[in-house]
Amino acid sequence: MNTVQLISRRRFLALTGMTAGGLVLGASVVGSRPGLAGVLDTAQGQSLNLFVTLSEDGAVDIVAHRSEMGTGIRTSLPQVVADEMEADWSRVRVIQALGDPAYGSQNTDGSRSVRDFYHTMRQMGAAARRLLEQAAAQHWEVPLAECRASQHRVLHSASGRELGFGELAQAASALPMPALDSLPLKAAEDFRYIGTGLEIVDLDDIVTGRAVYGADVVLPEMLYATVARSPWLDGHIASFDAEPARAVSGVKDVVELRAPAGPRGFQPIEGLAVLASNTWSALQGRQALSVSWRDSSHSDHDSASYLDGLESSVRENSGTVVRQRGDVDAALSAASQVVEASYRTPYLAHAPMEPPVATARVSVEGCEVWTCTQNPQAVQAAVAEALDLKPEQVKVHVTLLGGGFGRKSKPDYCVEAARLAAHSGKPVQVVWSREDDIHHDYFHAPCAQYYRAALDDQGAVQAWLARQAATPIGSTFDASVDTLDDGSLSQTFASIPFATPNLRLESLPAPAHARIGWLRSVYNIPFAFGVGSFVDELAHAAGKDPAQMWLDLIGEDRELDFSEEGFEYSNYGRSLADYPYQTGRLKAVLRALLEQIPWGEELPEGQGWGLSLSNSFLSHTAVASKVEVRDGKLRVLEMHGAIDAGRVVNPDRVHAQMEGGMLFGLSLALMGEISFADGQVQQSNFHDYPVVSLAQSPRVIRSHIVTSDAAPSGVGEPPTPPSAPSIANAVFAATGQRIRELPLRKHFTVL
Amino acid sequence: MKLNVNGEERQLDAPAEMPLLWALRDLLGLRGTRYACGQGLCGSCTVHLDGKPVRSCLTTLEQATGAEVTTIEGLGGEAGDHPLQQAWREHGVPQCGYCQAGQLMSAAALLRDTPSPSDEEIDSALAGNLCRCGTYARIRAAVHAAAEQGGDA
Repeated sequence: MNTVQLISRRRFLALTGMTAGGLVLGASVVGSRPGLAGVLDTAQGQSLNLFVTLSEDGAVDIVAHRSEMGTGIRTSLPQVVADEMEADWSRVRVIQALGDPAYGSQNTDGSRSVRDFYHTMRQMGAAARRLLEQAAAQHWEVPLAECRASQHRVLHSASGRELGFGELAQAASALPMPALDSLPLKAAEDFRYIGTGLEIVDLDDIVTGRAVYGADVVLPEMLYATVARSPWLDGHIASFDAEPARAVSGVKDVVELRAPAGPRGFQPIEGLAVLASNTWSALQGRQALSVSWRDSSHSDHDSASYLDGLESSVRENSGTVVRQRGDVDAALSAASQVVEASYRTPYLAHAPMEPPVATARVSVEGCEVWTCTQNPQAVQAAVAEALDLKPEQVKVHVTLLGGGFGRKSKPDYCVEAARLAAHSGKPVQVVWSREDDIHHDYFHAPCAQYYRAALDDQGAVQAWLARQAATPIGSTFDASVDTLDDGSLSQTFASIPFATPNLRLESLPAPAHARIGWLRSVYNIPFAFGVGSFVDELAHAAGKDPAQMWLDLIGEDRELDFSEEGFEYSNYGRSLADYPYQTGRLKAVLRALLEQIPWGEELPEGQGWGLSLSNSFLSHTAVASKVEVRDGKLRVLEMHGAIDAGRVVNPDRVHAQMEGGMLFGLSLALMGEISFADGQVQQSNFHDYPVVSLAQSPRVIRSHIVTSDAAPSGVGEPPTPPSAPSIANAVFAATGQRIRELPLRKHFTVL
Repeated sequence: MKLNVNGEERQLDAPAEMPLLWALRDLLGLRGTRYACGQGLCGSCTVHLDGKPVRSCLTTLEQATGAEVTTIEGLGGEAGDHPLQQAWREHGVPQCGYCQAGQLMSAAALLRDTPSPSDEEIDSALAGNLCRCGTYARIRAAVHAAAEQGGDA
């Protein structure tokens, strides 16, 4: 975590690539706009701390150290700083940070930007405010307590005097840093921007086409590269003929990119790069290449038989017990009704609209990278390793991201650019086509689950047995890993909040073939589908309303701690003291959702409502969907979501994440599937890996924020997990057909 | 080769079969038009040829020669004040923003021909413009709002 600190102008330069409040470095100027916050036009900026610079003309520059991929984080965290600082938002400019460990983690994933940095940003703002108030007090020779900052001025009410922030900039920056513990933070009722739906700082650039994404970076003499990669994992080049590629107009070179030994990690997949004077020539050149590949142990991977194997395994075998309460077997023997079901979910691809792209330039000093990354420090580390540099010799400029969803936390494409730039001696931009992106993703893990429950004659659940086998992300970093770790199991499967007297959760292996990575909400996707579907099945078996079944299963209000049942719950990296898992809040979100929808209404034949509930990334979310199925054709008519994410900084962006996160869930529920045959991905582009379109998007999409003053929790991912089960449950309500395998288009025509 | 882009005559040295997308981006520096699929499947690269929406990834320079090409940079002038751009701002449509230039270009072509579109007409005109962030509800609302403002600017 960060601490507030004063920094020198030299240090500010190192962190942002910009002189403090001053000029953009010549070397950093890219295209007409640098992909940073905009060119600063004053020369007198004063660094007040790591994140805030104030110029003598009153312009405030706030550093955004997290990546903008659509959540609005480049706005939300600066708006927290500005609020505590009492800066006038219209005079705030946002500067994108370079990658640097000084900022603490910059890895923009795990739905943690606000929850991890809310307090730090408040301290940054409060420290700047305190320094300005002190500077004014010294100038007027009055006690500090009589000086109060308000909207870019410091006021002395007793005398009616005031000084603008800009006038105080130089004096404030010369003062010693105030002690953090004594820094007063605002009371919630005094918040000016926190809790307000400020429009995003990049809005104007986006609607005019000026926004700078990864591929919009242009350097002098830059070459464009595309890479023909091994079609299966760990494959190697057997032979190739580069001459037809070299004959293509604009092609400058063909370069082998050999995969190093060791774990896959963030290393590039082995391939053959075509370097050209423009993207089109690079693509044409690659098409002209002739490459043959050597087999690997994964070149016969078949996803259908792999999932069959996982499903048989969870149905037939006991696994390692990861959490246990009471005696499940005895309760199952004594049950008046036993319900069982197995579920399977496929590989998924991230498919952000902007495919991976990175530009690198190598000089004697090191390597400079411009890229759409969620994790600039991982880029530093991976590029440094590949080029035998120190991480601090790798300077990473973060552009806007055209979507990330976890894909752009992995810097393999940046390593490609760096290696090619080192080889060619010129700046190189590596462009991934959509086909590259679909074929060579870090895929979301396939998963099979099995559930068995005991109902008593009152319809109460007396026992819950669950088994899962999902391909572990850990396999990407250590090929011997074949089972999920506790952090992965903490994503719904082993953290179910049910008060059921007997419970046993088991884990089974799923050895990896494909390169596995994390995708928006990660293992919560399969596990929320399994749990959310099975609760619905139990409700119907017991003759209960599904919403009531959820409430009954969760039981009384309490704080959960699974350690007594043998499970080390990760709680998304936070302590249960700071972020308790409170069942009362979870139930309240379900009740809030039910107030938004006509749950239980009479519907025409072929229509149905379904719902599901989820805890993920320390937030609680509930989603209800209404579907229509006619003649085998499925359409989602409405989606409604409710979220309790604690204190909300920018409610408009939270609504936007809810709307988008539910549609992300709809998309994977209806159509999301990557399959492998003979070791190769069968899909290649949006025609066979479709994502939801406007025409498929429900006409009614609503989100509801449950007001809370609890500590901020995740927003970007939590809307997704309950969405798929809500749709599958609605399909059951509409048709009586229970869907236990995603995507739904295996069973219906999706409209 | 000559190309008329956003009201300006531009010279470029490129093969006739090069897709307009890459010529706009790499050769003319008009980078608001985005690549996302290269197969006419997602709409991110939508531009106008004589006012009609086309996917610039599938339109060759040869096909574009002699036509008036309009890109996002030419939609609402420097200020970007086309009623659709205004509506996009007011409704806070963009999340990551990558697809939005294409969305705006398709919507602008729709409003030119159909000043007051129904939901069905919006769905149909924009069905080929994918947004992975899921901004669709706001896109629909913003197109309606722009139409009410007399969206064919």
